[in-house]
Amino acid sequence: MPEVPLHAIAHSRAGDKGNRVNMSLMPYDPAHYAVIGEQVTEARVLALFAHRGATRCRRYDLPNLGAFNFVVDDALEGGVNGSLNLDGHGKTSSFRLLSLTVTIP
Amino acid sequence: MYLVGNGAGFSGDRVDAPIPVVRTLIRRGLPAALFLETLGERTVALAQLERRRDPELGYEPMLERLLAPILADCFHHGIPILGNFGAANPPAAARCIAQLARRLGLPELKIATVTGDDVADSIDLGTLPVHEADEALRADAAKLVAANAYIGAAPLVEALKQGAHVVVAGRTSDPALAIAPLVAHYGWAMDDWEKLAVGAACGHLLECGSQVSGGVFWDPGFKDIPDPANIGFPIAEVGPDGSLVITKAEDTGGLVDLRTVKEQLLYELHDPAEYITPDVVLDITGCRIEQVGKDRVAVHGLAGRPAPAMLKVTACFEGSWLGEGEVSVAGPNTLARAKATADVLLRRLEMRGLKVRPRIDLIGLASVHDSDGGALWHAHQGAEPPELRIRLAVEGENRDDCDQAAREVLALLCCGPAGTGGARWRVTPRILTRSYLVPREMVPTTVTLLSAREMN
Repeated sequence: MPEVPLHAIAHSRAGDKGNRVNMSLMPYDPAHYAVIGEQVTEARVLALFAHRGATRCRRYDLPNLGAFNFVVDDALEGGVNGSLNLDGHGKTSSFRLLSLTVTIP
Repeated sequence: MYLVGNGAGFSGDRVDAPIPVVRTLIRRGLPAALFLETLGERTVALAQLERRRDPELGYEPMLERLLAPILADCFHHGIPILGNFGAANPPAAARCIAQLARRLGLPELKIATVTGDDVADSIDLGTLPVHEADEALRADAAKLVAANAYIGAAPLVEALKQGAHVVVAGRTSDPALAIAPLVAHYGWAMDDWEKLAVGAACGHLLECGSQVSGGVFWDPGFKDIPDPANIGFPIAEVGPDGSLVITKAEDTGGLVDLRTVKEQLLYELHDPAEYITPDVVLDITGCRIEQVGKDRVAVHGLAGRPAPAMLKVTACFEGSWLGEGEVSVAGPNTLARAKATADVLLRRLEMRGLKVRPRIDLIGLASVHDSDGGALWHAHQGAEPPELRIRLAVEGENRDDCDQAAREVLALLCCGPAGTGGARWRVTPRILTRSYLVPREMVPTTVTLLSAREMN
């Protein structure tokens, strides 16, 4: 049961609205949709952004598209309005998500 | 079949992108329109500040550069160009285009100017419900820079029906730039929600330019694309029945496949059942996509619900100041020198009593993924990095405090650790945004159509 970073099996893009970031997550192989559904939980994704004060994560499942959409509130320390981060829009957040590991059965 | 091409996805996009799009539209010989999306949420505030400096500025600075190579071809082939490149000053943008048209020998080019989105003087924001805001932000009316409503497709449709070759708008919703030519061409009713949903999806997929055809997608060894230096911008084929196929300019790099379309479909989307535009609420929960040829993806199953009664107004306020400074260290003992520099900088801000909120990045170790407190780089254990760039960023109400803080980074060139170099520093004003909801009848729009010959 190999443990791999999501980057090995899926792709992602991040976008923002204010202090909220959304990240899509799509497995390359439809067989991995269930793996992500089981292992990439709202709690695990929220924890990825805990150091930045994120308060809530919501996951939307889009099985027709073979995609998930994660929306994380208060993940951007103010977003473009208040952030001191070089990436105030949080565009690089997708690759933080892709560093999360999953176990492939 | 009708073609909608996109030639720019933001202010700052590749200025030569529209050329192959227009070439492809002409070669295909179908009725078509081109749109350029160049207005970000706060671009309009920066444009408003420009306009205050010079009343003939405040529109997209790359406008002439974007249009010069394509304007004559679009005019001669009946391809209207729509854009929100008017930014804070659509009339001045129209004058710029008129001048360009006359220079190109196109005095009969008709330019429509759409105004009414700028509500800074017409609406008292204090009376409106707040839509999106960080409550900690102060919305000081005296510091208002810009307030613009996201207007829908209707005035753009009117402009096209009057025969405009170029439609110059300020703040429109991005999808409206694609919905408008479709409605004008097919005569879709403005309450035909299923068709407008297709238009909104078309606009959403195209509005960021190359992002649906390989931009911010390519990942060497994992998601390779042909010729990323020459990514073809997208073209949508929309049928009278609402069929939608996404493709791209011919003889270019990039690609359109299921992966690029999925990434862009979900870009900046929150609840997939509710993508709100001024013209329709788009629901993609039943959406399916299908590869129907090389660089061709069909989008099915889009649903639409009635347009919202309220429009979104984004107001921009003068905020605080941002001071930034950076220096580099490299070679043996890099990490220790960088960490010590971070400590010294924070100590200096404290010693000097500068009223600022600081953050330190160790670029190369942890920065964009890190918190203001540097949680990730403080926790770092492992290999010595070959070099690091130390960045101090501060925010404060007082410009001089921010400037002095940033200059503490400069001072490291003499007072810092051994082998410090490459200092840069700057202070910039910050813009705060806040969104409100306004009843749409409070935002009347005006369309003014003139030929280049008539404009001076």
